[in-house]
Amino acid sequence: MTNSHEVPTPINVKYFSKGAIVLSFLTLIGLCGYIYRLIVGLDASTNLNNQFPWGIWIAIDVASGVALAAGGFTTALLADVFHKDKYHSLTRPALLTAMLGYTFVVVGLLADLGRYYNVWHPMIPSMWQGNSVLFEVGLCVMIYLNVLYCEFLPILIEKFMGHVNLPGILSRYNSLVESLLRISNRTLYRVLSLFIIAGVVLSCLHQSSLGTLMVIAPYKMHPLWYTPILPLLFLLSAISVGFPMVIFESILSAWSFKLKPETKTLASIAKYTPFLLFCYLSIKLGDLAIRNAFGYLTEINIQSVAFVLEIGIGVILPMVLLFQKSKRHSIKYLFISACCIIFGILVNRINVFLIAYTPPFSNDFYFPSLIEVIVTVGLISGLILIYRFMVIHLPVISVQRVKFNIVTDTPKSKATIKG
Amino acid sequence: MNKDRRKFLKMATATVAAATILPSVSEASLEHCEEDFDNAFGVLVDTTVCIGCRNCELACDRQNELTDHPKSYFMDNTVFDSRRRPSVESYTVVNSSFDSSSTDNKSFGKIQCMHCNHPACVSACIVGALTKCKHGVVSYDAWKCIGCRYCMVACPFQIPAYEYKEALKPRVMKCTFCYDLIHNDKKPACVESCPVEALTFGKRGDLIKHAHVKIEAAPNNYYDHVFGENEIGGTSWMYLANKDFINYDLPKLEEEKIPSLTESIQHGIFKSFLPPLALYGFLGLVMHSIRQDKKKEEENDEQS
Ligand code: SF4
Ligand code: SF4
Repeated sequence: MTNSHEVPTPINVKYFSKGAIVLSFLTLIGLCGYIYRLIVGLDASTNLNNQFPWGIWIAIDVASGVALAAGGFTTALLADVFHKDKYHSLTRPALLTAMLGYTFVVVGLLADLGRYYNVWHPMIPSMWQGNSVLFEVGLCVMIYLNVLYCEFLPILIEKFMGHVNLPGILSRYNSLVESLLRISNRTLYRVLSLFIIAGVVLSCLHQSSLGTLMVIAPYKMHPLWYTPILPLLFLLSAISVGFPMVIFESILSAWSFKLKPETKTLASIAKYTPFLLFCYLSIKLGDLAIRNAFGYLTEINIQSVAFVLEIGIGVILPMVLLFQKSKRHSIKYLFISACCIIFGILVNRINVFLIAYTPPFSNDFYFPSLIEVIVTVGLISGLILIYRFMVIHLPVISVQRVKFNIVTDTPKSKATIKG
Repeated sequence: MNKDRRKFLKMATATVAAATILPSVSEASLEHCEEDFDNAFGVLVDTTVCIGCRNCELACDRQNELTDHPKSYFMDNTVFDSRRRPSVESYTVVNSSFDSSSTDNKSFGKIQCMHCNHPACVSACIVGALTKCKHGVVSYDAWKCIGCRYCMVACPFQIPAYEYKEALKPRVMKCTFCYDLIHNDKKPACVESCPVEALTFGKRGDLIKHAHVKIEAAPNNYYDHVFGENEIGGTSWMYLANKDFINYDLPKLEEEKIPSLTESIQHGIFKSFLPPLALYGFLGLVMHSIRQDKKKEEENDEQS
């Protein structure tokens, strides 16, 4: 029991590492691109056209963003709902990723909307459109984002409770704020499980509905991807990428913050992944077989290559790797498999929303413009930067693990890390 | 397996069972009442009559104040060298049919929004900015629109165009069926302008009858099919031709309504909120029962 008493702590490192500087640069460029888009409109900033109305902002920023934020609800499901306590150390980083991920999905979506200032319209009951899949996705994402913020609140409260120290004349409210924090902390802890379950349900709903989106375009979708079970495939793949995403991040932050990676916990959580991938793969291939669509793989074109890439590197390779216990216990292979799976999901979402989208009457072709690319890159960089900022200042990452140099001489002592 | 666990499993199965039965009960009430499409307005396009004069393009342009192209712009026949699509500058375009082998036997067809009976764009729109009225018109309300362009993804005819060039107030652009004119007992501008009556405006039901009479009267002159009668559940604009309709940029479509699949998935998951609620209840039970078990274990540990 004792070794699970690790506490999430702020990490004490310098913010601006070399990587962070590069990322800040990319974020800045992306921000300029974003502002440029808002000023000049979609035509000057993107390569979208009447035949290809959706581009990488939808396929990557929104669809892949939502899928890759699935670590949040899958980890919560495992650790909080199923009470697998040993994974508790992973829930906060996963929650933070999900929260930031979804926030950036919304930011990315705003760039793509022609009338971004109307983004609140779907929330007005008189404009509800229950037949629209997009409406369901939009509403679920909106609610889920708020649920995520509520789930994250305790972490903020934990940071400030007991240290409220307002500047200047505001300091007379210190004790008031303090007691407010205490009250909200207590109520939040009581209702937190309600939020956690709500998060899981909402995630299942919109992860699958994102797949339903393209079901409305049967005559425009390539048969390798068009199937009525797209929602099921989207849900399964989102669940499959949840833990790999957590592993990926955990290893990356261990590396970036010079912490000892939690090999044991990660190896243990990775054991579910090959089974999930196997389910996903068999349903996906079974569906292809039922629809008699395997023939399309014999044609050599961008679609068949993209499909093989998606399945071969994104699903089969990591599945084979992770089925082997020895590979699961190696940080290197864990990282490689996680990267493959994330790559697979990314390619899958791009495939479904862009590569599979082949409208019959098209003179034009879509390839992302420079602005589209820099905005997407900028958003991802910005997300990582905020993540870094938050784990440095808030109790997110559990540090039972100690700094590399200490661990060798005092393997058993618990590290004391200042908050 | 202890008693609590068993009790919980029973309850869990009950919730799941309830979740699967109840939606099927409430489904009956969801049935849309079939609208009266026979009495909606429609247009029959006879491509064998069309001479490719582009008068309809001009009339549409003027009626909807789309551009200020001079009249001569619409008399330029070189446009037929390429296949055009409707755009923000033209709600309708006339193309010549594909087989350019015999120059003297060229035929033409205009394309525009088909004003589908069960429009995919209307089903897709996130805010209900696109609506189908009982006269058959599919119209667009720019004020509601958020500019997601999902309607463009959904439309099987690839009709809606988008004002990408507008930075602030871009609109979805497509044929309006001259809503204001036909609600004042007038014909749409394009129909009015056609010099050879290639376009016939009327009640959709009558047009279908009329089309079949035409085919029967001159079976050698027509391909025996009225495009739009049954395609994707029927469209308000329908076509006659003497060769495959793909030559007029009309895709091959089944009779299945486009939105029926997504709508049934959607309603299966969502309407009446039961499945999500059942999942919520189920997970709540799991969470609670495992927590109870854990507590007991801990108590036992302490006692021993
Ligand atoms: S043709 Fe396209 S835009 Fe016109 S009603 Fe049908 S789905 Fe909508
Ligand atoms: S672009 Fe406008 S009209 Fe089209 S689906 Fe989106 S909100 Fe509706």
